[in-house]
Amino acid sequence: MSIDKDTVKHIAKLARISLDEKKINSLSKDLTSIIEFIEQLNKLNTKKIVPLTSITNASLQSREDKVSDGKIRDQILKNSPEKNEEFFVVPKVIE
Amino acid sequence: MVNISNFTLTKLIEGIKKKNFTSQEVTQSFISSSEKSKKLNTYITKCFEKAISAAKNFDKKKNYKGLLAGIPLAVKDLFCTKNVKTTAGSKILHNFVPTYESTVTNKLWSEGAFLLGKLNCDEFAMGSSNETSFFGNVTNPFGDKLVPGGSSGGSASALAADLTPATIGTDTGGSIRQPASFTGTVGLKPTYGRCSRWGIVAFASSLDQAGPMTKNVQDCALLLQAMSGYDPKDSTSINTKVDNYISKLTDKVKGLKIGIPKEYRVEDMPNEIDNLWKEGIDYLKDAGAVIKNISLPHTKYALPAYYIVAPAEASSNLARYDGVKYGHRSKGNNLFEMYENTRSEGFGDEVKRRILIGTYVLSSGYYDAYYLKAQKVRRLIKNDFDKAFDDVDAILTPSTPNAAFKIGDKKDDPVSMYLNDIFTVPVNLAGLPAISVPAGYDKKNLPLGLQFIGKAFDEQTILNLSLAIEKRANFKRKINVWWN
Repeated sequence: MSIDKDTVKHIAKLARISLDEKKINSLSKDLTSIIEFIEQLNKLNTKKIVPLTSITNASLQSREDKVSDGKIRDQILKNSPEKNEEFFVVPKVIE
Repeated sequence: MVNISNFTLTKLIEGIKKKNFTSQEVTQSFISSSEKSKKLNTYITKCFEKAISAAKNFDKKKNYKGLLAGIPLAVKDLFCTKNVKTTAGSKILHNFVPTYESTVTNKLWSEGAFLLGKLNCDEFAMGSSNETSFFGNVTNPFGDKLVPGGSSGGSASALAADLTPATIGTDTGGSIRQPASFTGTVGLKPTYGRCSRWGIVAFASSLDQAGPMTKNVQDCALLLQAMSGYDPKDSTSINTKVDNYISKLTDKVKGLKIGIPKEYRVEDMPNEIDNLWKEGIDYLKDAGAVIKNISLPHTKYALPAYYIVAPAEASSNLARYDGVKYGHRSKGNNLFEMYENTRSEGFGDEVKRRILIGTYVLSSGYYDAYYLKAQKVRRLIKNDFDKAFDDVDAILTPSTPNAAFKIGDKKDDPVSMYLNDIFTVPVNLAGLPAISVPAGYDKKNLPLGLQFIGKAFDEQTILNLSLAIEKRANFKRKINVWWN
C-alpha cells in the first residue's frame, strides 16, 4: 500500500509533528518503501497463531503497596524548559 | 612508560591491583588518547576532570574489592547519568541533565569503575551506521570514510581506538553486535530481562537490552557479570540467578551441539562472509563441538516484523518528548503548535520516519493488519528457535551480511540500511542472548564477526564458544592510527 501525502499529513498530526510540503513529499516516498517492505508478511498465513505479547514466561513481580519515593518536586522540575516554583509552564490552553 | 591504553580490561584491573600502575595513570592514558581522537567524533560529553579526581580518590583509598576497581569507562549516551548530560544523540535531549543514574551504570560504579564520558550513538538508537546522530556521524578507526556501525557506533569506535578500556551499549535489533563486528571487537546482547532497562532512554521496550562491548571474550564475561541482575525498578527484569561468568569461562566446548541455520545463507552474501562462517565451523569441529544443520524457517520474516514492532513501540515511547517536562522546546502560538514545532525541530529524519510508521501501524483500522500480524510472526520466530534448541546448545551465524560500509552509502535508502540487521534482529524478537566475536578479515582488511545465539539465560555457553573461536582465529586488531 502506498502512503500518499494526505496519509502522511494525517499520521503526522496524530504524532504531533509539523511538516513542510517538501518533507511531506520525501516522507511519502520513504514510508511507502518501508510499508511495502513490511507487507512481505502478507505472504504468511497466521490465522491460527496466537500473538506473542511477552517474550519472558515470567509473571510480573508484585510488591508491597507502599510509597518508596516522592518529595522530589525540584528534581522533576529541574529540566523543564519553562517553569515557576511549583509548576511546568505551557502556552495558554483556556481562553 | 608503556602505552597502557591498548591493554585489555582484565589486564588493567590486575595491573592496578598489583600496583604496576595507578588508576590515575590508567585514566590519564585514556584521556590522552581521547583528546587526540576528535576526527572519530566518538564523544558527545567528556568527563575527564571528574574522572581524574575519581581516579585520585581511588588511589588514595585503594579499595580493590569491586570487579572493576579503579577503571574509567566511557558509555553510550543512552544511559542516564546523574548530573551528566544525557542526549540519546538527539537535539530534543541536547540539554537534558538527569537527576538520577541508570541501574546498569550504577552497578558499574558500585564495582569501582567511574565515568570517563558519554559516547555518540544513532539518535534514540535508531540506525545501523551512527549517521543519524544530531552530534554528527562517528568514523570507524579502520578507515576515515567508513561507518562504525550502529547504533552503538561511538562505543564501538572508542573501544577499537583505545579511547576506553571497555564500554556498554544497547541492542534493540543489533546495535551492539553489528558495530562490534564492524570494529573487530566483542559485543554481547544479553537475554531480555538479564540487565535492568531502568534509566536507559527507551526505544522499543520489548526488544531493548543493554550489554557489554569489550576487546576480548574474557573482558566481556567480566563486564556482563558487573552489569547483570534483577532490578525491582524494571518490571521486565528477571529475578533469576546470575552465573559466575568469569570463573566458569572455558574454551572447552567438546560435545556441545552447534546449529547451522540454512536460512542465514542469504542471496548476494559476499563469499568472504560465507568462508568466515565455514572457518568458524572448522574451529568448532577442532574444539570437539558437534555441528548440526538446522532450519529456522521464518527467518526472512523477522526484519519486516521488526519494522512494525520496533517503530510501534518507539512511537509510543517517544510521545513523552513534548517540550514540557524536559529537553528542547520550540515556540508556538498555542499548546498543540508548541508540541508540533518542538517535535519537528527536535527529532531527526530517521526518528520521524519511525514515529510515523509506528503511528500508522497502530492507527485505527490498521492495528490488526500490521501490529497484531507482527506479534503473530514474532511467535513463529520464537517457536523456530525453541524447536531448534531442543536439538542444539547454540547457533552459529555470521554477525552481519557485509563488512563496514562507506559513510553516506546507505543513508538515503532506509530499507537498504535496515537489511544490515538481517542476522541480528531475529534474536531480539525472540529475547535470546547473542554475541559477536571477531573472527577474520575481508580482502579490504576490514574485520568480520561471527555470531553465537544461545538459549535464554545461557550467556555462559555462548561466551565459552566465543572463547574457543577467539583462541583459534587468533584475531588481531590491525589499525593504523590515522586520526591523531
